[in-house]
Amino acid sequence: MPSDPQPILKVENLEAWYGESKALHGMNFDVREGELVTLIGRNGAGKTSTLRSIMGIVGNRTGSIQFRGKELIRKRTYQIAQEGIAYCPEERAIFASLSVAENMTLPPVLRPGGLSDKDLFEAFPNLHARRKSGGSKLSGGEQQMLAIARILRTGSRFILLDEPSEGLAPVIVKQIGTQILRLKEQGFTIVLVEQNLQFARLVADRHVVVENGQVVDTLTPEDLSADLDRVKTYLGV
Amino acid sequence: MTRTLWLGLLLVALIAAPLAIYPVLLMSILCFVIFASSFNLLLGYAGLLCFGHAMFFGTAAYVAGYLLKTYGVSVEVALIAGTLLSAAMGYVVGIISVRRSGIQFAMITLAISQFVYFLLLQAEFTGGEDGMQRIPRSTLFGIFDVSDHMAFYYVTLTVAVLAVAFFYRVVHSPFGEILRAIRDNEPRVESLGFRPERYKILAMTLSAGLAGLAGALKAMVFQFATLTDVSWPISAEVILMTLLGGLGTLTGPMLGAGIVILMNDELAQFGEWALIAQGVILLLVIIFFRRGVVGELSALWRRLRPSPDQNQDRG
Repeated sequence: MPSDPQPILKVENLEAWYGESKALHGMNFDVREGELVTLIGRNGAGKTSTLRSIMGIVGNRTGSIQFRGKELIRKRTYQIAQEGIAYCPEERAIFASLSVAENMTLPPVLRPGGLSDKDLFEAFPNLHARRKSGGSKLSGGEQQMLAIARILRTGSRFILLDEPSEGLAPVIVKQIGTQILRLKEQGFTIVLVEQNLQFARLVADRHVVVENGQVVDTLTPEDLSADLDRVKTYLGV
Repeated sequence: MTRTLWLGLLLVALIAAPLAIYPVLLMSILCFVIFASSFNLLLGYAGLLCFGHAMFFGTAAYVAGYLLKTYGVSVEVALIAGTLLSAAMGYVVGIISVRRSGIQFAMITLAISQFVYFLLLQAEFTGGEDGMQRIPRSTLFGIFDVSDHMAFYYVTLTVAVLAVAFFYRVVHSPFGEILRAIRDNEPRVESLGFRPERYKILAMTLSAGLAGLAGALKAMVFQFATLTDVSWPISAEVILMTLLGGLGTLTGPMLGAGIVILMNDELAQFGEWALIAQGVILLLVIIFFRRGVVGELSALWRRLRPSPDQNQDRG
């Protein structure tokens, strides 16, 4: 992948605020087509804020976010989504008043190449079994699958995933890992925020280490395995 | 299947009702059923608390009344004119207000409705403080004479059934799903690529149109239109109906409309006490029956029966 010099996402000097408090202090990193990049770091380091800033769901942000050559910093959230970035938030945000099927079919088809309802239910058979259930009645793992499934419908090929493994049983984490790898094989580009190192090192091409709202290091999977102790100090574990 | 049966029975009961009950009372309930449904579309489904819904209701009542008195248009023309004018008003109010939510949205809509109130108070054609009296019930489609209460009841019933069917269609459409999703979590809906304001403005337009239909119909039922129709107590009353019946339930606000109208009718002889009774009932509902009459009943129903969720899934 390093042979492809043009990153599709280029974040430069990104700063973000929630009201008075500053969450990002000049983030710099990029993501190339087809890559799976993780953002790792301590709680509160700014990983989630980075994803939210890319989507424009923060109070205020400055700097530059270029996606496929277009500047996103002045765009609104829905416009950013329409450019082809899909966001799956940590809290999953399943719509409680809608059924599973309604949640799944709600997102708009923004461009060709999205998965059809049939493909989605094939990829996530548990969701098919529960398609008539209310969105609030799902288990954590099912919610996570639904949250991932529904953004695949839009046709966006660039996905921001925030802690998909959080709070889930190991067997479910494994299932979700398999799904993520499958997406990568299908050519999706993925930015993954992850605390779970075991999970992160199984799937990622590159790890971007975030500390105090800045990028302090970039690691390859080999670095990660070779120098696990250093990485653990980054994570504070 | 049983639902079709119940709907059929209800329809038969509604058709037979004026034989037993005073038709004007029934018509008044039906008008407020439409009005409450229109409010429910906004608050129950889109999560927008409009505190000036009377402006759509009252303006349409005046416009329909004016057209009937001055030009003698037929019934359906007056209804359509009232509906369209209110829908247009709703569109404009929507553009101004939907960027805000919660209490700010409520206050902006209240302010606009007060503005409309004073415009109508000053306008010549409304008759000011006296209101607009002796609005004729003209012919339906220019042919049928529907001026007596019995005949007009069936016109009102038809319009109400169509309006409720329209409301049902809207809330069960993909558009209705998006509205509910916006109410649940607006930022999430936006990050999926929807522009929430567009959907809220459309909801506002549809809701205002339905409120206008109710107002125009009301002008013909009572044969007058007054400042009361555009005043804020009407806006408050429709909120009461919706909360009492059950917010966000399909039928709750309709039932709420019936309860409030009947209550007002029964308590009218006690003057000011009617308002006090309304207040006490609202308090009781808010404290003990948060989900409203229909909300509480369906919760009870669910508790008594095994969850349909689990049974239907395995099919």
